[in-house]
Amino acid sequence: MAPKAQKGKKPSGKKKPKPLPDTEEEEPLNMESMGHPEIYPLVLTTKTQEIFNCRIDEDVTDEVPYKLIKKEDIFEDLQNRAAVSDFHPVKKIVREYPGDELLLVYDKDFKYGLNFYLIATEEGKENYLNPPELPPEEQEENKELIPEDIYIYHPPLSKPWVSLGSEKEIEEESVKESTKQITYMISRKRNQFGAPITFSDQNASSAKDAYIECTAYPDKNFTLKKLEKDIGMQVIPHIKDISTQTRWTYPKNATTQYHAREFSEEEREKLGKSKSLIDFLKKVSTSVEIALQQNEIMNTFIEDWRCLAEEEGAFGDKTDTHLKEYQSFTDLHSTTEKKITCISWHPVIYGLIAVSVAVRLSFEDRVHLSGKLLLQPSLILFWSFSDPIHPQLMLESPEDIFCFQFCPTDPNIIAGGCINGQIVLWDITAHADRIENIKASGRSKKVALKPMFLLEPESNKESIFIRHCAVSSIESGHKKIITDIQWLPDTFEINRMGFVYENRNGICCQLATCSADCTICFWDIRPQKPLTPQPTEKKKEESIEIPFDVPSTFLHLDLSWKPLAKIKLSKGETSLDHCPTKISLTEDHLLYKTQDKILAQTKSLKAGETSPYHNLEGGMTDHLKPLEDFCTKFFVGTEEGEVIYTDWKLERDPDTGRFMTKKPVNLYTVHDGFVHTVQRSPFYNDIVLTIGGWNVAIWKEGVMTGPLLQSCCAPKMYTSGHWSLTRPGVFYIGREDGYIDIWDLLEKTHEPALSQNICITMITYIKPWTFSPKQQFIAIADYYGTLHILEIPWTLSHPSVNEIASVNYYFEREVKHLEYVEQRKIIRDQEKKEMDLEMEKKKVKTYQKSKEQAEAELKMEYESYLELEKTTLINLGLAKVTEKVSYMDLI
Amino acid sequence: MVEETLQRLQSQKGVQGIIVVNTEGIPIKSTMENSTTTQYANLMHNFILKARSTVREIDPQNDLTFLQIHSKKDEFMVAPDKVYFLIVIQNPTE
Repeated sequence: MAPKAQKGKKPSGKKKPKPLPDTEEEEPLNMESMGHPEIYPLVLTTKTQEIFNCRIDEDVTDEVPYKLIKKEDIFEDLQNRAAVSDFHPVKKIVREYPGDELLLVYDKDFKYGLNFYLIATEEGKENYLNPPELPPEEQEENKELIPEDIYIYHPPLSKPWVSLGSEKEIEEESVKESTKQITYMISRKRNQFGAPITFSDQNASSAKDAYIECTAYPDKNFTLKKLEKDIGMQVIPHIKDISTQTRWTYPKNATTQYHAREFSEEEREKLGKSKSLIDFLKKVSTSVEIALQQNEIMNTFIEDWRCLAEEEGAFGDKTDTHLKEYQSFTDLHSTTEKKITCISWHPVIYGLIAVSVAVRLSFEDRVHLSGKLLLQPSLILFWSFSDPIHPQLMLESPEDIFCFQFCPTDPNIIAGGCINGQIVLWDITAHADRIENIKASGRSKKVALKPMFLLEPESNKESIFIRHCAVSSIESGHKKIITDIQWLPDTFEINRMGFVYENRNGICCQLATCSADCTICFWDIRPQKPLTPQPTEKKKEESIEIPFDVPSTFLHLDLSWKPLAKIKLSKGETSLDHCPTKISLTEDHLLYKTQDKILAQTKSLKAGETSPYHNLEGGMTDHLKPLEDFCTKFFVGTEEGEVIYTDWKLERDPDTGRFMTKKPVNLYTVHDGFVHTVQRSPFYNDIVLTIGGWNVAIWKEGVMTGPLLQSCCAPKMYTSGHWSLTRPGVFYIGREDGYIDIWDLLEKTHEPALSQNICITMITYIKPWTFSPKQQFIAIADYYGTLHILEIPWTLSHPSVNEIASVNYYFEREVKHLEYVEQRKIIRDQEKKEMDLEMEKKKVKTYQKSKEQAEAELKMEYESYLELEKTTLINLGLAKVTEKVSYMDLI
Repeated sequence: MVEETLQRLQSQKGVQGIIVVNTEGIPIKSTMENSTTTQYANLMHNFILKARSTVREIDPQNDLTFLQIHSKKDEFMVAPDKVYFLIVIQNPTE
């Protein structure tokens, strides 16, 4: 009943919902979900409709929307059309249909989804066809919505719950716990609550199971593969954007050549004369002159502050002017007492210094002890800063060396002059590595602690004795001691006549020596072409065996070396000759630039395979270009204390036709003892310092009148001296009492600026050397054989800002002074002449007076005398005035 | 008269050259050789005009009376006028 009532309330037009009991259906879709399990919606195509005469709007209309179809018809259709038949889905229903005719209803509104539906039960059919009581009741109830009767409220009666299947739905939707929940109870002791908590860090991976990871991984179960994708597509016409640039050639100015506008000559002249120009110049010239003069008066743009600071950061104390002891070297192995005769710093290697030692004996003692002396080798010792006890190298020579020099172009060649007049050459190329890599060994520290005699057996570093390479010929060389030896610079060469040629070798290959036998010789280290063919037998006799370790660089020279040219310094008519002690040749480069040159050359030598000294060719002077206007004059200091300025070119003597040495250009006797230092200033090419005896003189080449500066006699004899290498006005002089005098021309010119004691005996040689702008050393050798190395302080080594110019100016002033003196001399001579003339004239005048005049004069004189007598007597009161008759009247 | 003035200026210490140019920068008189004169005249002309215009722009009542360019080696002095400019190059001996 209730369902019916429910159904009755459903609004429906023509369709009447039919309550029906539940029937389970299988395949066909029925309207169970809508509460009508007997209704089976169907699609009936037009063909089917024609067959069954249920065409829409013809057989089946709105009025009669149903059609009774026989069961057999359906079956027939099914058989005919099998699966195509529209009744195929409801085949089972039709078969099971109890009745004979099925009701097919046209579902115009598609209420059940399709356009027809089939009612599967008889009851349903009945109900449809005969909707008896209900519809009218329903209709009546619908019409009677406004009942006239009083609506009696019937409270709903509780009826037992009839399940209609909704519980299933609810059950499906509700959420229930599938498993029973586990409960844990965690407890803790009460006293542990509230305790201070300390957290610490822990690396999660270090402790086992400290963390559990759920790493993400692609699970195939949950990956969805998108099989379909909805994309919207639109068809558009193909559009393409293209742009191009046309090359527009337009004329563009590439270069412009212009000519400055100028006035023509006439226009210029016309303008030049115009009044406006004159007025303009008048107006303007004063201000311009003022400005010009202002500039000359003072430079307004000078930065005073900057000029005040002369040196940037002076190293060391500025007030410290003394030379500081750095190191001293003594040869402790020699038995006899030796003195140092010459010092030379190694031009390239830092801290290496060579000294030549000679025995400290007079000539007679030498003669007496000559046997003993022969056994001892004469040495040049190489000292290094790192080892004060052992010399690094020892060069042997047949006799005592009195002077030596490193070759400027190859520091491995050394030339020395001996006491007997021989020149000795060494080649230490083989040992160059040894001396280059001298390192301060740890042993040197021990040296300070242990006494010396304990070191002897431990010394594993032996000093090497290096034999000389070549010596000069005894007969044709010098006869007496060689006092000075110098390498000629590598820029020129000299031939036999003394003419100067250019030097193409690039190396120094010639030497100049002077000796006490009054000659100056020039030597060439290249093999000479023999002038006369020598018989071969003679050569065999002369060959001497050379030990193996001596390099054969100068083998061609050994014992047969003759000088290239000899100059005799004769004093003219007298037989006495000058004994040169030192020579100073013109140098065309300044000393402080040669160090760089040497470095450059040694580097280039290392790059090449063999040094040029090993491949010396014969001198081919005829192919070389002669150097014109080369100054071949040089200064010579002699034993007597004279300074000679002479020429080395040989000239042809008109009488004999032979080549003779020229007479000296100038000779000055300035010094009282032998001149031991003749040295050019490293800064000025023409300033020469000569030291000898008790005084010092500075000369300028070209000024013939005398020295620029000549000091007065010093209390002690000067025994050695040297210019400072960095300060143009400073030079060092060593005295015989072991003091060193430092002269500063800008400070005082009459006495040394500073005097310092170095040692107790005579200083024999001084040689300063610059290693770096901060370090400058001076090597001082004394008579007892000790070499002192001192450090030059900042003040003495660093020139002030304009020092070169100032010293130059001083020299110029001195030159002017000398000129002035000369001029004064001339003037004085003139004056003297004039005075003499005057005197002469006066004498002549007195003779010309005549006799009469003389008498008259006498008379006049006598008269004046009488007058005088009278007045005197009157004044004396010896004669009265009035009564006085002049004696003259009486007479 | 012109020559005397120029001579007097030239005899000052350190003066290297004197040029007289007109307002367009064309040299009228000079004590230096032609190429140097033209070069200096052209270069200085722009500078002078610029300097003058600067002064006058700041204050139109003002005008340039003297111009000196002091460089490391020389000093250029310019005395401008309505019609001509006088350029002097000096080498101060400091």
